[in-house]
Amino acid sequence: MTSALGVLKPFWQNKLARAGVIMVGIIVLMAIFAPLITPYSPNNSSFAPMLTPSAHHWLGTTQAGQDVYSELIWGARQSLYVGFAAGIASTIVGLVIGLIAGYAPGIVDDILSYVINVFLVIPGLPLMIILAAYAPVHGSLLIIFVITVTGWAWGARVLRSQVTTLRSRDYVAAARFAGDGMWRIIFREIMPNMISLVAAGFLGAAVSAILGAAGLEFLGLGDPSINSWGTMLYWAENSGALLEGQWAWLFAPGFMIAVLGTALVLINFAVDEMANPRLRKKG
Amino acid sequence: MRYLVRRGIMLLLTLWSAITLNFLLPRMMPGNPAEVMLAKFKGKGNMSPQAIHAIKVMLGLNNESLWQQYLQYWHDIFNWNFGVSYTYFPFSVTHEIAQALPWTLVLIGVTTVMSFVMGTGLGIWAAWKRGSLLDSTVTSVFTFASSFPYFWFALICIFLLGFETTVFPNSGGYAATMNPGFNMAFIGSAIYHSILPAFTILVSSLGGWQLQMRNNMIAALNEDYVVLARAKGLPERTLAILYAARNAILPNMTSFAMSLGFVVSGAILVELVFSYPGMGNLLYSAVSNEDFPLMQGIFLMIVVCVVLANFAADVINVFLDPRVRRGGGDA
Repeated sequence: MTSALGVLKPFWQNKLARAGVIMVGIIVLMAIFAPLITPYSPNNSSFAPMLTPSAHHWLGTTQAGQDVYSELIWGARQSLYVGFAAGIASTIVGLVIGLIAGYAPGIVDDILSYVINVFLVIPGLPLMIILAAYAPVHGSLLIIFVITVTGWAWGARVLRSQVTTLRSRDYVAAARFAGDGMWRIIFREIMPNMISLVAAGFLGAAVSAILGAAGLEFLGLGDPSINSWGTMLYWAENSGALLEGQWAWLFAPGFMIAVLGTALVLINFAVDEMANPRLRKKG
Repeated sequence: MRYLVRRGIMLLLTLWSAITLNFLLPRMMPGNPAEVMLAKFKGKGNMSPQAIHAIKVMLGLNNESLWQQYLQYWHDIFNWNFGVSYTYFPFSVTHEIAQALPWTLVLIGVTTVMSFVMGTGLGIWAAWKRGSLLDSTVTSVFTFASSFPYFWFALICIFLLGFETTVFPNSGGYAATMNPGFNMAFIGSAIYHSILPAFTILVSSLGGWQLQMRNNMIAALNEDYVVLARAKGLPERTLAILYAARNAILPNMTSFAMSLGFVVSGAILVELVFSYPGMGNLLYSAVSNEDFPLMQGIFLMIVVCVVLANFAADVINVFLDPRVRRGGGDA
């Protein structure tokens, strides 16, 4: 426990990281305690539709008569879930493929590198949209799947090149001579040296997953009946929130996405700074 | 030279995979989108038997083997025959793309170049004045700007400048009362309509360039040759621009060449929000109408441009960076 704290202390002392962690923490708390801090259920559509912000409805009501503020707080759950699930999934896929490509010699590396390159070149958003459009059912699992398929390659490339430099180190050679198998060497010897890269990769993937999910949901490619920040923007756009002067309904979900994204980027900066001493500020 | 040949082969392979993926996707998906598509086409009425046959071939609904379909698909690609759009029937996919492409090329092309030049400049400046108030302000503003959903920013801009105050038009690529043509009035109207979309794209994309350049620049400023130059007493300005920036800009140039390839795909969400008549909007309408021929055509177009841009990036790198020329580089 003390050693874990020892690692976390410089992280906490970094101003960027602390700001980011606090921001993410608040959003996570919001999601957990949603039933306690919202006045109504997000599915309660018994209010007058299209109200502008007032004391009863802090952010107004939707076209279906739901309370926007309650939707916003509850929406944190769905957005966090999709963002982190897709972030974790693409990190794992990228990690496994990157490690194998970097460690395995010859033809395996050639084929995997080729696949990585193909996925890096194909533009993400159009591919996401097309995959989602062909799919027969729309829902959060589809969004997670589509984001994973289009998002793993970047991490895989970064990790692959790191592994190729670590592969020839003495301690890896020693492990090999001691008779360790490929998987043991990869996970016990090589991976611990790349934790910061993996962490940075995960944070980057989570940010693009959150933005990607918001984009897909905004286009109506998610399940419009699920309550998330992306679908809130979809309904706001499609029921003319702009024309009705419903600025709060339009502003709030995007702002929350921006705050969550910024928080993760800040944490990523701090991880970068710790892993790469050249980026550290002087003094 | 060997490097370029290797990269060229690599990219041709990529192109082949992407085009094959484009061919396989509608055929692999569950629920058979092709059958649905054909039923929709038949619902349009007055289609010649040849047209029906062409659609069947394109969607893989006739009884030919997958291999024969694949050959036919390549044959069509080389003849610029992407079939008939369902949404804009009876216009062909090629016709629709030709209509939308110029709008996107101009709007996104110009903003991409502007964003690169401004972002890189700001990045050099921020790295040079590292740690100053200016650096931290600019960097944190851009960090925030690059992590919000850009379509959301576009919506806010429309709300403030298109509805609350009608400084700018809130949708379209030109005034609805005009006919497209090469006259001053039309071009003026087109420029006027493009200001707000261009601004939103600029704001959300500047940050990426700025941050990347700043990081490269900071790394370059710590290199030994810069330290030596400083020890020799060269002025800071010379150091920053002629020594550090020249090297730091290389990775940015590569990204820039690649982003020019992405121009064709348009800024899908911004074009949608502004109802801008470009490729992004066309792709959206293809998707929302389940217009698979149009989707396939657009995706093919995007992939080809991106691969070409990647090759251009490699060529530029070979010219700019002697290390790539000599070492052969890592593919």
